[in-house]
Amino acid sequence: MTSTALQPAPTPSGAGSDERAARVPVRERVASQVQRHGALAVLVLVVAIASATSSTFPTWNNISSILGSNAFVWVLALGMTFVIITGGIDLSVGSMFALGGVLGAYGSRHGTWLAILLPLAVGAAWGSVQGLLIAKARMAPFIVTLVGLLGLRGLLQALTDEGATTYLVPAHSWFRHLGAGTWTPVLIVAALFALGALLLTRTRFGATLTAMGGNEHAARLMGLPVARAKVLVYLLSGTLAAGAGALGGARLGSGVTTIGVGYELTAIASVVIGGTLLTGGAGSIGGTVSGVLLLAVIHNLIDHYFSQYGSAFTDTVNGGFLAVVVLLQTLLSRTQQLE
Amino acid sequence: MVQQEPGPGSDAILEVAGVDKSFAGVHALREVDFHLRPAEVHALIGENGAGKSTLIKVMTGVHRPDAGTVRLAGREREFRNPLEAQAAGISTIYQEVNLVPLMSVARNLFLGREPRRFGLVDTRRMNREAAEVLGRFGVRVDVTRPLRTLGLGAQQMVALARAVQVEARVVIMDEPTSSLEPKEVETLFSVIRGLKEQGIAVVYVSHRLDELYAVCDRVTVMRDGRVVHTGEIAGLERLKLVSLMLGREMSAVRDKGSTAFDSDSHELRDGQPALRAVDLTVRHRLHGVSVDVHPGEVVGLGGLLGAGRSETAKAIIGALATEQGSVEVEGRAMHRRSPASSIRAGVVMLPEDRKAEGVIPNLSVRENISLAALPRLSRAGLVSQAKQDEIVTFFMKRLRIKASGPDQKVGDLSGGNQQKVLLARWLCLNPKVLLLDEPTRGIDVGAKAEVQGLVDELARDGLGVLLISSDLEELIEGSDRVVILKDGRVVGHLAGDDVTEDGLLDALATAPESPDLAAAPEPPDPATTPESPDPAERPQPAEPAAQAAPAASTGPQPANPADPAGPAPGEPREHPAKESQS
Repeated sequence: MTSTALQPAPTPSGAGSDERAARVPVRERVASQVQRHGALAVLVLVVAIASATSSTFPTWNNISSILGSNAFVWVLALGMTFVIITGGIDLSVGSMFALGGVLGAYGSRHGTWLAILLPLAVGAAWGSVQGLLIAKARMAPFIVTLVGLLGLRGLLQALTDEGATTYLVPAHSWFRHLGAGTWTPVLIVAALFALGALLLTRTRFGATLTAMGGNEHAARLMGLPVARAKVLVYLLSGTLAAGAGALGGARLGSGVTTIGVGYELTAIASVVIGGTLLTGGAGSIGGTVSGVLLLAVIHNLIDHYFSQYGSAFTDTVNGGFLAVVVLLQTLLSRTQQLE
Repeated sequence: MVQQEPGPGSDAILEVAGVDKSFAGVHALREVDFHLRPAEVHALIGENGAGKSTLIKVMTGVHRPDAGTVRLAGREREFRNPLEAQAAGISTIYQEVNLVPLMSVARNLFLGREPRRFGLVDTRRMNREAAEVLGRFGVRVDVTRPLRTLGLGAQQMVALARAVQVEARVVIMDEPTSSLEPKEVETLFSVIRGLKEQGIAVVYVSHRLDELYAVCDRVTVMRDGRVVHTGEIAGLERLKLVSLMLGREMSAVRDKGSTAFDSDSHELRDGQPALRAVDLTVRHRLHGVSVDVHPGEVVGLGGLLGAGRSETAKAIIGALATEQGSVEVEGRAMHRRSPASSIRAGVVMLPEDRKAEGVIPNLSVRENISLAALPRLSRAGLVSQAKQDEIVTFFMKRLRIKASGPDQKVGDLSGGNQQKVLLARWLCLNPKVLLLDEPTRGIDVGAKAEVQGLVDELARDGLGVLLISSDLEELIEGSDRVVILKDGRVVGHLAGDDVTEDGLLDALATAPESPDLAAAPEPPDPATTPESPDPAERPQPAEPAAQAAPAASTGPQPANPADPAGPAPGEPREHPAKESQS
């Protein structure tokens, strides 16, 4: 690095760029803050209102059911954050989650280590195949991972004889402890999110992911290992999804084949609600945490207040909510002139 | 290497020798030699298609030469990609900023080379060093802000800082000033001088002659894929430089007749211009450009590459957003310009890039021609096949489009015939004004003559034509008047007998850089003298000039003074538009 040797003559007009640069319109700054922390603000607001108006919401029972039963699914949103920041998408994570559960349950009959390693290995392998197709064969992430969504579901059907065979986690297996209670899942997931945040913000890999999402051409010209990072990000997403599925299986005590349908969309929704740009280039793990919690709380409230309408209603509200958020995000992006 | 300067070729840091490069039969570079010495700033100039970008791409590993060698510090190198060139010490700053706008300034500066502690990026150190480095480049900002919140100039500086931070021995700058403010250009120049002091060689590509004289030591001029001149820039006349670029001798007055244009001027039909554009302003591109085109008249837009010719045409039809300026078609102001509304108003543009912006190669001649006219040919959403055929056949005959029939795919036609198909598409709409951007580029000689003849015919039939052409001959012989642009400003008008290559070259070489210096050093002549003191200062006064000028050459002056839309000099810009609206 020759930076210290560089001595361009004293600049006559340094101030020129300062003044212009200093002018970021208030509108844009507000939009940027809303984009990044809007989910957190709404989350605090919703929780505050719900706690004040409902007697059942702020109970430990309810909170533990929000946290414990959902925590592993949130890991999908963690992986999805990385993928979306690169400007990609991974639709295969819902099917991978289910497959991970079945593989975990299957493996647990031969030991806890296998129960953990088998899903992780399959997730990593499938993820890197997807990554290679996207990075090297230049296929669209949407198509490749849609193939994953369908293909993995098919694999799952084959493994379980179309759902006829259910693999149970042996009652005495230590594997069950990983998914039990409220705290174990929450701590595991919190640790994963913390590691993810570190990976995204404090490593060159993380910087590469963000850079390629922001301007892939520029990232290449800057000499960043774009193709490698692309493979790795799908590998990461697949591994996380399979691992989360295995832990989910541990919690349920069996590999449930019908689980995971549409989870990829919930994960995408959480990430986008958390302020990550669907076009890539900007986003944060913290935002995704707010996003998953907000969605979980809202689902909880819907179940609570509108239970008489059934779960179909939940999905409708879910979709409507996502539409509103994406619309908002589009407007915010436009205000910030990100397009 | 027989250059006219002393010293053997081996003292060069970067040496390109005998490089040839073709793309699909088009010879982009022919036996190009290029020497770059350490600690020199070397200007590389040439018109569009001269081969400068190809040469740069050969030097930076984007393209590999078909023949010839590239040596860096005496060693022959074959770079397979830009990264290898970068690693070897050749840094490139591209015209458009190639950074990541959403990431912080410091991140952008250090991407891929971040300082680390215990395997993690040391953010504090990165930010500190970034602020330090950028301070030396005159950028004093909070380095944690996203890059996009900086001005374009400051962004360009960040790109520059990044480029020279990687042990660069050669820095190639491709039009680095195209988005800079004058102050920032000064900063850039001082940075370049700093690089020079450290022995770093700079290749400087720019179309702004003043900049070349301000900062460069030597210059290489390219034309048609060849190097036509290399030498010291000091002592090289501007006029000589321009004529080298354009390939025209300074005093070579040619006989008319080598183009298919009729040498007679067209007759002016009435006083009201078919198209009047006033004070078009686009940030960094156009500064108050005013042009008007009368029915039956071909107005040429002259200027070097980057002068703002295409931008003017695009601004007129609304394909480029303007900050200021108005357009009137036959005296009626156009509000909210867009390509669609322009077409409705009768202003159509034949774009420079036929392939990307014009023909749809997989559709037939019939479909391509009738595309824009479909709304008119259809009734209740159904397209009348008979009507369509009638129109298509008419234009195929009229424009002499050589195709096996209306059903042939346009992609299979020659370039000239594709151009004619495009022309036919617009002519179906009965336009009033035709904007032609390089209508004959890349088509063979015969077809070129035909297109030129057609333009002439169309003008004779009463169409107003705005012609942009880098072919000087075409511009001079095809135009009744020429409006000369430089750096986005109108710097001169040629009319009548002054429409000559000499006149144009003169204006291009000597036109003042800024409007304050508007005392145009052109030789005084009867047609332009009254207007010449301020052709660029204010757009309004330039307009009566444009109208009066052709009149001087065509005899009786039409009712110009009575022109209802003609703004009095000094009147507020928006005024005429408002008037005609009410």
